Amino acid sequence: MTAPLLSCRGLTRRFGGLVALDGLDLEVQPGSVTGLIGPNGSGKTTFFNVLTGLFPASAGKALFDGAPITGLPPQAIYRIGIARTFQRSRLCLPLSIFDNLMVGNHRNLDHGLWLNLFDRRALARQVEENLAAARELLRVFDPPLAGRVLEPAGNIPMIDRRRVEVCRALISRPKLLLLDEPSAGMTHDETLRLMDDILKVQQRLGLGIILIEHEMSVIERITSRCVVLNYGRKIAEGGFAKVSRDAQVRQAYLGLA
Amino acid sequence: MKATGLTAALAAAATAFAFVLLRAESQRAIGLLVALGIAVGFVATRTRLLEPFARAAAAREGSTKLLVFAAVAALALLLREDDFSLLLLTRMLIVIIACLGLNVQFGYSGVVNFAGASFFGVGGYTAAVLSRGTHLPHLLILLAGGAAAALAGSILLVPVLRTRGHYAALVTIAFALLFRTFLEVNDTLGGPQGLKLGEFVLGRFHFNEPIELGFFEGSFYLRYVALSLLLAALFFVLVQRLERSWIGITLDAVRLDETAARTFGINLARWKITAFTLGNFITGIAGALSAFLIGFIAPNNYAFSESLIFVSILLLGGIGNVWGLCLATAIVILLPEKLQVIQEYRFLLFAAMVVLILLFRPAGLVPRPKRRLAEPRP
Repeated sequence: MTAPLLSCRGLTRRFGGLVALDGLDLEVQPGSVTGLIGPNGSGKTTFFNVLTGLFPASAGKALFDGAPITGLPPQAIYRIGIARTFQRSRLCLPLSIFDNLMVGNHRNLDHGLWLNLFDRRALARQVEENLAAARELLRVFDPPLAGRVLEPAGNIPMIDRRRVEVCRALISRPKLLLLDEPSAGMTHDETLRLMDDILKVQQRLGLGIILIEHEMSVIERITSRCVVLNYGRKIAEGGFAKVSRDAQVRQAYLGLA
Repeated sequence: MKATGLTAALAAAATAFAFVLLRAESQRAIGLLVALGIAVGFVATRTRLLEPFARAAAAREGSTKLLVFAAVAALALLLREDDFSLLLLTRMLIVIIACLGLNVQFGYSGVVNFAGASFFGVGGYTAAVLSRGTHLPHLLILLAGGAAAALAGSILLVPVLRTRGHYAALVTIAFALLFRTFLEVNDTLGGPQGLKLGEFVLGRFHFNEPIELGFFEGSFYLRYVALSLLLAALFFVLVQRLERSWIGITLDAVRLDETAARTFGINLARWKITAFTLGNFITGIAGALSAFLIGFIAPNNYAFSESLIFVSILLLGGIGNVWGLCLATAIVILLPEKLQVIQEYRFLLFAAMVVLILLFRPAGLVPRPKRRLAEPRP
C-alpha cells in the first residue's frame, strides 16, 4: 500500500461546549475518491474548514504528503496543494469567469509589482497562456461555457456557476480536492454529469478527492470508500455497500432502532 | 474611422464647453451652462446617444487617453492668462491624483479610508517642512510627501486589518479627527496658523514667475498645470494598469469575498497593506503638490469634511472607475467655485448628490467596466 496523501489523527474542533468534530481518524490514498456522508450538522463541512485552515483544529493533527498541516494558515495549505469548493456558491459574481478562475490559480501567478505594472508584454503573454488553460479546463465541463470565459460570473446559470467553482478549485492542479456538496441546487442528471466530468479531470491529474454528498446514488457510483460521521464522530468506514448496511448508519440516517 | 472623427469632435465640443464654463463670469450664464450640461448628460444617457462614442473610445483606448490629455493641455493654453481658472484646473488635477490613490484602497481592495484629506495633509506638511528646512530638489520632496503619507498610514495598519466594514471606517474617521487636532496644537508645525512654502523649483524652472516666450505670455499657473497634468496622467496609467493585472484580480477578490480569497492562498493582510500603502503614497504626493501650489497650509485645509469630499467623488464617479473619478472631480470642484450660490450649501448639495446617486445609479455616473487584462499588441 502506498503512503497516504492525507492522514488525520484525532482531528477535533470545539465551538465552546459543542464538539463539532470529535477525534476524527481518516486516510485518503492518492488518486482515490473518498465519500464523506452523515446527517446535517454531523461535522462534514467543519472537517473541510479545519483541514483548509479556516478554523484552527482544537486537537489532533493532519499530515499531508507526510508533513503536518494543522496550524498552518489557509494560504499555506492551498499552496501545498489542497483546494476546495463551497456548499453555497462563493464566486465573485461581478468578476468575469476568467477572473474567478485566476483567483483559484493564485499560487501559480506572478504578483510582482514590476511585471504587473511595467512589463506589460510579459504579462500579456501570461494572460494568453492562462486564458488558454482556462478555456481548456472549462471545455471538459461544458464546451459553450469555454466561449463565455470573459463574461461576468453573475450572468451564467446556477449549474454553470457550480462548474466554474469546481474549475476554480482544479485550475491550480491541486493534489487533493475537497468537494462540499456539489449537487446542491442541481437536478440528479446534472449532478451525475458534473461528477463524470470531475472524474475525467481527476484521472488525468491523478488527484485525491473527498466528496461531501447527500445524493447516495452519486456516492455509490463514484467513491471507492466512505466515511460516515454523526455528531462529529466517525461511526462507519468502508465501501458504500458495507456502510449502507451498517446498523449505526441506518439509525443515524433513518432513525431506525 | 467615422466614429473616431466623431469622438474627436465630441472631445473638442467638451473642451469648448469647459472653456466657456471656466471663462463665464455672470452667474446667470454659468447657471445656464450648468443646466445645459446636466440636460445634455441626462438626454445622452436616456437615449443612449453616447454609447457608440463610448464604444469607439474604448476600442482605441490609447488614442482616447492621448486625446483627453491634449484637450486638457489645449484648455490650459486657451486660458493662458486667466489665473483663477488655471488655479481651478490645477486643483482639479491634484484632486484627481488624490482620488486615484483612494480608488486603489476603496475601489479595488475595499479598504475604506475616510481620512483621505489627512494623508493629503501629511504630504502637504512634509513638503512644507522639507522645503523650508532642506535644499532637497522639489521633485524629491513630492516623493517624500508620498512616502511620509504611506508611513503615516502604517500607524493605522493594525486597527484597519483587525476591523471590517463600518468599524474600519470608524478607525479612519478617528484618525482624521486626531490628525487635525495634532496639527492645531503642534507649534513646530505652525499650530492653527499653519506654514508657508516657497515656490516650486524644477531645474531652471521657477514656478512662480510669469511665462514669456517670444510672443507668448502666460500665467505662472501654466507650469503647475503642466506638472499636475503629467503626474495625473502618470498615476492614471499606473492605477489603470494595476487594475488590469493579476494584482487587480487579487485585490477584487479581497474586496468581494474574504473567505474565498483566503481559501485560494490570498494573504489578506499583505494585499490590504499593499493597497492601503500605495493609495496613501499617491494621495500624499498630491498633497505635497497642492501645498506648493497654494503656498500656504493650515490644519483647516485638511478637515474631515475634505475627506468626505474625496469619498463622495469616488461614489459619484463610480467606485473603481478611473474615468468616472475624473468626471466626478470636475463636477465637485468646479461647481461650487463657479456657482457662488452653491458655495455655502456645497456640503448639503454633495450629500444630496451622493444620496441620489446611491438611490438611482448605485454604480455611479460611469459604472466600472469589465476588466481588460493586458492585451498582446498585434
